[in-house]
Amino acid sequence: MKVSPIQVLDHYQEGDSLIHRLDPRVKLVLTLALIVVIAALPRGAWLVYLACLLMICLVMGMSRLQPMLVLRRSLVAMPFALAALSLVFTVPGSALASFTLARWSLSVTVEGTVAFMSILAKSWLSVLSATILVATTPFSHLVASMRAFRVPEVLVSVVSFMYRYMYVIADEALRLHRARDARSAAPGSKAGGSLRWRGKVLGGMIGSLFLRSYERSERIYAAMLSRGFDGSIRAMKMEPLRRNDLGTVVAFLACLLALVALVAFQRGP
Amino acid sequence: MARATDHLVYLPELTERPQPSSKPMRSERRPVIELAGISFRYPDGRKALDNVHLVIGEQEKVALVGPNGAGKSTLLLHLNGILRGEGKVTVMGNELGDGNLGLVRSQVGLVFQNPDDQLFSTTVFEDVAFGPLHMNLADDEVRRRVISALSEVGMEGFEDRLSHHLSLGEKKRIAIATVLAMQPAILALDEPSGELDPRSRRGLIRLLKALPQTLLVATHDMRLVDELLLRTVILDAGQVVADGPTTEILADRALLDRHGLEPPFGPRPHP
Repeated sequence: MKVSPIQVLDHYQEGDSLIHRLDPRVKLVLTLALIVVIAALPRGAWLVYLACLLMICLVMGMSRLQPMLVLRRSLVAMPFALAALSLVFTVPGSALASFTLARWSLSVTVEGTVAFMSILAKSWLSVLSATILVATTPFSHLVASMRAFRVPEVLVSVVSFMYRYMYVIADEALRLHRARDARSAAPGSKAGGSLRWRGKVLGGMIGSLFLRSYERSERIYAAMLSRGFDGSIRAMKMEPLRRNDLGTVVAFLACLLALVALVAFQRGP
Repeated sequence: MARATDHLVYLPELTERPQPSSKPMRSERRPVIELAGISFRYPDGRKALDNVHLVIGEQEKVALVGPNGAGKSTLLLHLNGILRGEGKVTVMGNELGDGNLGLVRSQVGLVFQNPDDQLFSTTVFEDVAFGPLHMNLADDEVRRRVISALSEVGMEGFEDRLSHHLSLGEKKRIAIATVLAMQPAILALDEPSGELDPRSRRGLIRLLKALPQTLLVATHDMRLVDELLLRTVILDAGQVVADGPTTEILADRALLDRHGLEPPFGPRPHP
């Protein structure tokens, strides 16, 4: 049976580890800090990247997540990093190899390759840390943390509704898809109909999906009004931070500082 | 104040009323919902409700039946002011107006047909807590109410579950808990048993039977009506066409036929 790919997106892995028990606010802030530091790392600082990877692996070990699972999920975003592939040709520097393609001659430069590999490594490290965050933190806790940090309510609500209704809309799309498949059986020919026909049906499906979602949004709004919604979302207060949460913040920030120091040391001489 | 038996005289055609339906079965009840001359048009001009009069007494269990498009859901949306047509809606003695929408919405718990519309939060806890939080209750009280509402519908321990991972039966129960947590005096349910498998449906009926609140249930499930609800109101083309004890309404084959309804048991109607 065809399952919508969106089901794979439910990332939280039940568990009872040090990382799972950490306050979600701490996890959110530290992950963001790590990603910012990774983004700011210079090109080709391979040793620092490796140190970063070790740090992430340490956290992953403490979280008792299955490494293969984290690895698989972290690769999901990698195709986007391929957008940086053009760097290989466009960054000026000493040529590694050249070839001609029709009228253009392209040369792969050493600097370009380093730049591309660095972007690849840095985006993978970032996605890896985000993967661990969402695998060890229930989504509702992440949303609550965003509220606690005063992220604008509209943004938080959009994220929260999107998470809730992504599945509902994906299911609806899947049903439409099945209905199309069920009606596109021409005896003696390949199932599926002509490209033109499929395109037309797809347009109809997208329109229908939009209308259904639009109507649903009105019913949801009525359900919210019925329970006293008056324009402002209210949420419960989160528990205060515990001492070991604060300890984690200090330890983690110390590690980040060490990373930055490593960069400075590498460049120093 | 209107007498609780007033709704009997509002019937548009006396001939439609099953005989004898003037039993004083609800004469001593205090009215909790009074609809007087409710008319409503959709923006496209279609008339959804046409001069509806209905009085429901405290702790009455009332069925609202009628063909698709008769205006059942539209009527429910009038009970707590989501839709505001012509006419007067009075809930627990207060006439519905701009000033008391919040109060009325905490008194009338409206449960929507599709639980995916009702359960819009990420977790079950947040959904059940939504109503109490918007009633400005303290966090401890909210927590207490969530736990007690979930146990009332037999869903203890589901607090941290995600709505999209629940079965339809579970979703329907939790949808009811989301309004029970507001401790309403009146429950208005739209198709509570629709699309449920027999076991979940049976469980739901048992649950509804145990609830002390005044019940108004819009449904096509005539067996549920027969089993659970003592009074039946037939709505057709936006008008109340019959109102009386369920046993009498369900026994009147001609009346049911006329409004496209089927009795819960017995031989099939002629095609």
